[in-house]
Amino acid sequence: MATTIDSKIPQGPLAEKWSFYKSHQKLVNPANKRRLDIIVVGTGLAGASAAASLGELGFNVLNFCIQDSPRRAHSIAAQGGINAAKNYQNDGDSVYRLFYDTIKGGDYRAREANVYRLAEVSNNIIDQCVAQGVPFARDYGGLLDNRSFGGAQVSRTFYAKGQTGQQLLLGAYSALSRQINKGTVKLFSRHEMLDVVVIDGRARGIIARDLVTGKVERYFGHAVVMATGGYGNTYFLSTNAMGSNGSVAMQAYRKGAYFANPCYAQIHPTCIPVHGDIQSKLTLMSESLRNDGRIWVPKKKEDAEAIRNGVKTANDIPDEDRDFYLERRYPAFGNLVPRDVASRAAKERCDAGFGVNATGKAVFLDFKYAIDRLGEDVVRARYGNLFQMYEKIVDDNPYKTPMMIFPAIHYTMGGIWVDYELQTSIKGLFSIGECNFSDHGANRLGASALMQGLADGYFVLPYTIQNYLSDQIQVPRMSTDLPEFIEAEKAVNDKIKKLMSIKGKHSVDSIHKELGHIMWEYVGMGRTKQSLETAMKKIKDLKKEFWSNVRIPGDANTLNTELEKALRLSDFLEIGYLMALDSLDREESCGGHFREEYQTPEGEALRQDDKFSYVSCWHYQGEDKDPELLKEELNYEFVQRQTRNYKS
Amino acid sequence: MEKTINITLKVWRQRGPQEKGFFETFELNNISTDSSFLEMLDVLNEKLINEGQEPVVFDHDCREGICGMCSLFVNGHPHGPDEDVTTCQLHMRKFRDGETITIEPWRSAGFPVIRDLMVDRSAFDKIMQAGGYVSVNTGGVPDANAIPISKKNADEAMDAASCIGCGACVAACKNGSAMLFVSAKVSQLALLPQGKVEAARRAKAMVAKMDELGFGNCTNTGACEAECPKSVSISNIARLNREFLCAKLQD
Repeated sequence: MATTIDSKIPQGPLAEKWSFYKSHQKLVNPANKRRLDIIVVGTGLAGASAAASLGELGFNVLNFCIQDSPRRAHSIAAQGGINAAKNYQNDGDSVYRLFYDTIKGGDYRAREANVYRLAEVSNNIIDQCVAQGVPFARDYGGLLDNRSFGGAQVSRTFYAKGQTGQQLLLGAYSALSRQINKGTVKLFSRHEMLDVVVIDGRARGIIARDLVTGKVERYFGHAVVMATGGYGNTYFLSTNAMGSNGSVAMQAYRKGAYFANPCYAQIHPTCIPVHGDIQSKLTLMSESLRNDGRIWVPKKKEDAEAIRNGVKTANDIPDEDRDFYLERRYPAFGNLVPRDVASRAAKERCDAGFGVNATGKAVFLDFKYAIDRLGEDVVRARYGNLFQMYEKIVDDNPYKTPMMIFPAIHYTMGGIWVDYELQTSIKGLFSIGECNFSDHGANRLGASALMQGLADGYFVLPYTIQNYLSDQIQVPRMSTDLPEFIEAEKAVNDKIKKLMSIKGKHSVDSIHKELGHIMWEYVGMGRTKQSLETAMKKIKDLKKEFWSNVRIPGDANTLNTELEKALRLSDFLEIGYLMALDSLDREESCGGHFREEYQTPEGEALRQDDKFSYVSCWHYQGEDKDPELLKEELNYEFVQRQTRNYKS
Repeated sequence: MEKTINITLKVWRQRGPQEKGFFETFELNNISTDSSFLEMLDVLNEKLINEGQEPVVFDHDCREGICGMCSLFVNGHPHGPDEDVTTCQLHMRKFRDGETITIEPWRSAGFPVIRDLMVDRSAFDKIMQAGGYVSVNTGGVPDANAIPISKKNADEAMDAASCIGCGACVAACKNGSAMLFVSAKVSQLALLPQGKVEAARRAKAMVAKMDELGFGNCTNTGACEAECPKSVSISNIARLNREFLCAKLQD
């Protein structure tokens, strides 16, 4: 078993690594491409763009998604925008600056070479999307418009109203549809991957369940690409879609792929607060709102209390009694500090007793000042659909009274470990988009998820996968009757049978909610050694409860939505444990991971570069055993690591 | 302060596409008016599971009105009685205490029922595959600012592109027509120079596929526009007709 980790970073100066790689890598000739099958699981920005691009190149692609159509993938819900270093605004942007902001935003826990490549291809993404007919916002002169996002001092974010993710995904979906029409991509919708098949140390296929018929099926591929997103739903309540899950990552992990940095979860500062016990998900209010909205809580505790009790409203508090705490604490970046910083600052105010809403767990996001400055029309044109969404959910008019917001789980920076080629520690198994761990370090900047998903899918994987496939051209298509396929299918069927036979007392959702409470309470925004140990114990108990007392009605050999959820929850229970374990190991605060023992006197995150400047790679050792921790040291050759400073 | 209501649900149950369906009635008490419609159905399903019954099957995913996965014909309206929202954004404050709420699947020849309230909308994917794209490969495209596009056209294209592909237009139409869906994509791409190049081919191919898959024709009743959760305008259908006619004349 290899225990040294080789990230395969190409040689040479930072800015030349990717060019060097591309000019020296191996390629597959067109006649051979037709003979190679690639399985792509997932149809979000990463999956759809990869499947389409690989199909265009001439590979034979099999593309799977759990929804009824590829266009439903949760990338569609991204609102604010996509970053690129175009410098169309002439405000000092460059590839280096985008790279630097991303490295700094990630609290110096990402790989320099990967991040530089991401910044480098960012411009190609915008060109590609425009060519596809993505209707980005434009100025009166007909050229593209930009806005700014957290963690940056330039305006580099391209957007399509508050629906950028939708438009980019529909662009990728249209490219995918074109390939399906041409026959280079075969689509399997309402199919869920349940295991990866490994033959002689290489990924050679998957086991998937047809969600309509319930039939478990075997599929061969010369390579397998996972593009199944993040594991934020471990917390039950998150901004993820109901079906978003981390099961594919866990299947790879159990087959030996390293799970990297599971503790890095992003808590987004501007979400609509929880309304009650039967809440099923949390809705994000785009970070772009922080361009014009000002965040505050009352300066006086008695005012906060009066608002909580319904005696006063936000509009009763005069300006001098409002504490614009982000502007106060971080004068240089103000309301546009990165997400982790904004979330912790909100929690700090609420914990100190200044929170609003009946629960005391909310802060105000106020557009009064923007409306005074720009007029309601301009604000409506910029954020109209977001305001409408807020009004429909909360039944309150944000043009008249400030929005109430609170942090919520949004994105997971951790994921399956990949090298520079986006290959996992299993040969022939690749991971792209949110599903991998690679580019965001300990905290992702706003408008960078779309950038990474499309960078991986359009411009990185279609190159790097060929370096692997070039020596696979002699490998014939394998029969799915090989023992490895039969064994993997049997294991899946056994797991399903075991779940169905429990016939316990508790619904899947009720156990998932319990897991969510444990995660938010003990592995949430502020973590301590004690809270993490408590979480690990509680999750172990809950796992026992799940495997002995879950109730799944109906049959396995037909459509069964409860069985689907139970299979996903069985993996969330493992992920939750892994997140706590990783958090416990990482005795420092960085980005989205905040250990209360490690903070500055002002309450800022305190990194321990001498001890924790590594990627935690967890290697599975078997059921109910703690995994082995391997470390990929992060060597900063080009950037001087500093304490993140958004104050001056 | 939290308000709750008691409701009666009449829910369509259907085991499979070939089986006979029926309405089943359920009583639900103390539903918070701040909860969403789908959260109310979660409560129903939790109750059914606890009673040892099978839950009601319905499609849903993002629960923020953008993925287009949720459907439901609620009290005679696709996506329910509220305006400009999908079912997942519909809230229980729109219903009265004691009200009976009827929930049906999309009903259209183009969308066969899979189970209960879940229908098969893969026909929409097939229409898109017939021509709902600009034929460009990855890479080798011009700079994004190489071709200026007037703000008016870009904004109009964006409005058309906001279609979420949920199928409410088909469900609302007495002819089961998919014209609003098709016209939204044809319009978006016809309005942009990148899409203009193959506009004629696109309009013909998408309309032909729509006809082939059993969707009806448009008789300008406007129900689609009225029920569309994203307010996609019926003027897109006029543009589609124009594009289609021009394409035919060029033949």
